[in-house]
Amino acid sequence: MSAGVVGDNREVVMQYFDGSRRTVFVTDIETPMPDGRLIVSRTDPDGIITHVNDSFVDMSGFSREELIGQPHYVLRHPDMPAIAFKGLWQTLLEEGSKWHGYVKNLRKDGGFYWVYATVIANVRNNQVMGFTSVRRKPSRRKVEEAEALYKSL
Amino acid sequence: MTYNFTVSPDFNPSYLSGWFIFNTWLQRQTGEAFHLDLYDDFDLQRQAIAEDKFDMIYANPYDAAVLVREKGFVPIACPAGKSDEAMIVVAADIEVDAVEGLSAGLRISATKDPDVNMMCMIMLEPADLDRDNTTTQHRDSYVLLAKDLIRGEADVGFFLEETYNKLSRIVKSQLKPLVQSQIQVINHVLLLGPALQHRQVEIQQALLAMVDTPAGQSLLESLSFSAWDKVEPEDTEFMIDLMDTLET
Repeated sequence: MSAGVVGDNREVVMQYFDGSRRTVFVTDIETPMPDGRLIVSRTDPDGIITHVNDSFVDMSGFSREELIGQPHYVLRHPDMPAIAFKGLWQTLLEEGSKWHGYVKNLRKDGGFYWVYATVIANVRNNQVMGFTSVRRKPSRRKVEEAEALYKSL
Repeated sequence: MTYNFTVSPDFNPSYLSGWFIFNTWLQRQTGEAFHLDLYDDFDLQRQAIAEDKFDMIYANPYDAAVLVREKGFVPIACPAGKSDEAMIVVAADIEVDAVEGLSAGLRISATKDPDVNMMCMIMLEPADLDRDNTTTQHRDSYVLLAKDLIRGEADVGFFLEETYNKLSRIVKSQLKPLVQSQIQVINHVLLLGPALQHRQVEIQQALLAMVDTPAGQSLLESLSFSAWDKVEPEDTEFMIDLMDTLET
């Protein structure tokens, strides 16, 4: 069992788009996003986290120091099908517009939280310098719809 | 030449004299003439901004985006330790304690403060509420929102947190905050227009040094600031990206 994981858990090996693999331990414990919380983060062009706000730290269960310098995909929950993120890079880089979707995120303690995520490319002098993401509390109805959809993929 | 200075209309009226004192201080520091033009109407001020009437603006995050990206303004300072947070408020006797208790048909009373309204609409999303299933009446001031709630003429009011907290105790006793944003990273910012940017370094230095003298501290207090923090252009670019991200 991984340190910091709370409750009954299962072991899952995650494989990421860059070819790296990581073993994670997941539980069925949901941490509801408190009302009013907006999670903000920024990454460099390679998806490495450079800035997080306090709400991100609190909801993820990681410390700020543990998050900065890590790839953003450390938050990806194994229940999120890769296809759910398929349009992300195309939307951000090719179309130059916002990507948004309902996302189940993995906490450090193995639990999860649902968010409505929006990502935008940070363009300076026609060059992508990084990405900004904001995650907010979705309605229960939207979460249930997303959950059913992702299970069917 | 007289430079024109304005302040976002969401400033609290109790700091009105503080901004006039600030304007006088600015003239003494720079040896230039400044004219302070205050508005209580977002639309009128925006129209004046569109007509390039200002050289210095203490702007809310939403307007800062337009000023930086479309008008060539540069950010120089922001109040230390302050972030803009929004608050959804109901009448004290309403039997709702969470956003999820609100339902379609909601009557919203709001100013035209764009970032506050945007954040509050986001905070209604957990209840599946949006522009299509709510109605909004716009008022000129936050005090009028409080009146709407107390009279039962609106179900919720959209407030800037700082402004809500400055309402009188009697008014607040008849109201109840339902939810407050916790975004922590957006704030008002002081911006210089193209005609004033040749004085950027000295104005910025004077602002940052304001906290070092008793007179400066007194002036800061009259604006409810503890100090000015330096703002780099990238800090504001990040905030603008964030505002773009929120605007869906």
